[in-house]
Amino acid sequence: MKFAMEPGMANSSKQLSGAEILIRCLHEENVEFVFGYPGGAVLHIYDAIFHQDTFKHILVRHEQAALHAADAYSRSTGKVGVALVTSGPGATNAVTGIATAYMDSIPMVIISGQVPTYAIGEDAFQECDTVGITRPCVKHNFLVKDVKDIAATMKKAFYVAASGRPGPVLVDIPKDITAHFCDFDYPETVHLRSYNPVTKGHLGQIKKALKLLTEAKRPMVYSGGGVVLGDASEHLMKLIQSLGLPITSTLMGLGGFPASDPKFLGMLGMHGTYEANMAMQDCDVLLAVGARFDDRVIGNTAHFLSNPRTIIHIDIDPSSISKRVKIDVPIVGDVKSVLADMNELIATEKPKQNTVELASWFKQIDAWRSKKCMNFAQSSELIKPQYVIQKLHEVTKGEAFVTSDVGQHQMWAAQYYKFEQPRRWINSGGLGTMGVGLPYAMGVQLAHPNAQVACVTGEGSIQMNIQELSTCAQYQLPIKVIMLNNRYLGMVRQWQEFFYENRYSESYMDSLPDFVKLAEAYGHVGMQITKPGDVEGALKEAFAMKSRFVFLDFITDQKENVFPMIQNGKGLSEMILAEDL
Amino acid sequence: MATTARHIISLLMENESGALSRVAGLFSARGYNIESLTVAPTEDPTLSRMTIVTSGSDEVIEQIIKQLNKLIDVVKVLDLNDGKFIERELMLVKVKATGTFREEMKRMCDIFRGRIIDVADGSFTIELTGSGTKLDAFIESLDKSAILETVRTGASGIGRGDRILKV
Ligand SMILES: Cc1ncc(C[n+]2csc(CCOP(=O)(O)OP(=O)(O)O)c2C)c(N)n1
Repeated sequence: MKFAMEPGMANSSKQLSGAEILIRCLHEENVEFVFGYPGGAVLHIYDAIFHQDTFKHILVRHEQAALHAADAYSRSTGKVGVALVTSGPGATNAVTGIATAYMDSIPMVIISGQVPTYAIGEDAFQECDTVGITRPCVKHNFLVKDVKDIAATMKKAFYVAASGRPGPVLVDIPKDITAHFCDFDYPETVHLRSYNPVTKGHLGQIKKALKLLTEAKRPMVYSGGGVVLGDASEHLMKLIQSLGLPITSTLMGLGGFPASDPKFLGMLGMHGTYEANMAMQDCDVLLAVGARFDDRVIGNTAHFLSNPRTIIHIDIDPSSISKRVKIDVPIVGDVKSVLADMNELIATEKPKQNTVELASWFKQIDAWRSKKCMNFAQSSELIKPQYVIQKLHEVTKGEAFVTSDVGQHQMWAAQYYKFEQPRRWINSGGLGTMGVGLPYAMGVQLAHPNAQVACVTGEGSIQMNIQELSTCAQYQLPIKVIMLNNRYLGMVRQWQEFFYENRYSESYMDSLPDFVKLAEAYGHVGMQITKPGDVEGALKEAFAMKSRFVFLDFITDQKENVFPMIQNGKGLSEMILAEDL
Repeated sequence: MATTARHIISLLMENESGALSRVAGLFSARGYNIESLTVAPTEDPTLSRMTIVTSGSDEVIEQIIKQLNKLIDVVKVLDLNDGKFIERELMLVKVKATGTFREEMKRMCDIFRGRIIDVADGSFTIELTGSGTKLDAFIESLDKSAILETVRTGASGIGRGDRILKV
């Protein structure tokens, strides 16, 4: 059956429809994958997708997952992730994914359908104010009101998303605009008079910083997600090697510096190592690189500031500097370029260092290290969640891409999987969105078809996007789900144990499905592991199935907690350690 | 406790729909004060000029300026309080003009160098321009029962001499 198309569809020879233009823009941007879900307002666009095979469209089972998958594609490759959703519910379902990407500064372009221009404001079917709803959680957004503006808007969207401090950009396109025709001309360059992100750091400031670092008695480097996003790992490595400085990393920065390096003190913050938090508190000169002093990292700000230190901060975003903590030497610029300049200065000026003091500083650090805060009591009966992650690290030789959800399992993955490379650790740090793990693994596996991809999750989080087991089947993604099943919303339970006298209000996970059968129902392999002795074997077996999606349900110790822990409102040096209890 | 001060922030932004809500949304999302906000296109119709009166500690004002600069539609931001500037606001006041009030209102209007721009049987409408404090003083000096209605534009500001905000 055939129906007449909407008015405006009459074709002329060389002009393209708005939908076709949009597709051509994506081709121009070398987009490999579009993660999306169709609906009324984007039908013209989906018809244009039907006629092309330059990029692959991945049909998810929920728009939230499309956003997370595109986000993880970006996190693991450094390229811009692209998602496509319909108007109204399609757009509102996408909001969690957009906000997640925004909080972690991930470059994405989101295309949302909108009701036709003539219906906007009339409470039309599936109408919502997408630009209004998303405004606080995007770097920028656009409503395209003329087919002639599509190409220029898309060019701007990709440019804004990827430059400066990256972030998601949404382009809302009314349906009639995708049906109108005009010539296609993709701009080669883009200039926005109101947007000129800096790249080079101020050389005078860089010199000042270097002088402080070399003269310091107790220097410390604190590296964040900016090092990973800014592809600055090699430059950071060089700096640390030439000055021999101790370094810690935020949750988002893991892999930005190799965990096996003796200068690395582990992650800092709420669940950071004893040595990292103590050194952070005690140092006299602190270099923060692409990090933002957030509440989960420095704990109580007043306590942090009670110990005087000189702080140098390198960040691409001027508003990150002196936002929570006053900075003595701000350096606004691209982390990579600033570190390169610093390394060059070191090479030419060969600054003298305070080596005696530095050696005794490392002695102090080693004393803190000897606390061995990451030790945990092994059990022969119950599977310890930390042990599963240690074995995962061994079996994958530390080379896997690890995505995680949000909760205790996320912290254990961060603590016990020793990341050696950037862009291997994919998780929601800023927004802390449960449900990202599985769609994150999809985005990563599509981007790296031959890589080992593990999704570390909990039985709470996985159920927030469990429908994506179907997408994984459709695209034959050989992801390995490592579920640490403690039958609790573990992180909630831990807080209730510590701060609410064991009143486990609504944190027990009842009526769980048989995850093995569930996996099998989607055509995947399911395994349940209940004994510590079976952990390693199961992992080996799963990863040996190179082309299969395997769901591993590890029944873990229900009462295990994440340590060290800094309670809300406490300072960095006021950690609770496992041995304290 | 850091001391808070009143600041007048001037900015130029792309004259596009949505630009105003980005600025207003930023202030509400981050919990910054807005005492007043005015906006209108400039001599270049692609640009709008906004004047925001806000208050906060030096650190808060610094963050406000940075966050405003971060908005993609914002072209330039200036904290007028960083130098010398002039501030003006327009107010229209409708007052009772019956009996003795009729002479009294005309007198007050003259003292404050206002203008009566509408005359009706029982009321005058007075137009008054000046700094916010001058307009406040005028309202203070009137008999409360005489005031029928007031409307104020919110402050506009401009730098003195060669302090110029332009792209
Ligand atoms: C969407 C969402 N809702 C609620 C929370 C609050 N929250 C943080 S951790 C957590 C429990 C997670 O449980 P589970 O996935 O089983 O992991 P576990 O902590 O047990 O390892 C909850 C509810 C959240 N982070 N995200």
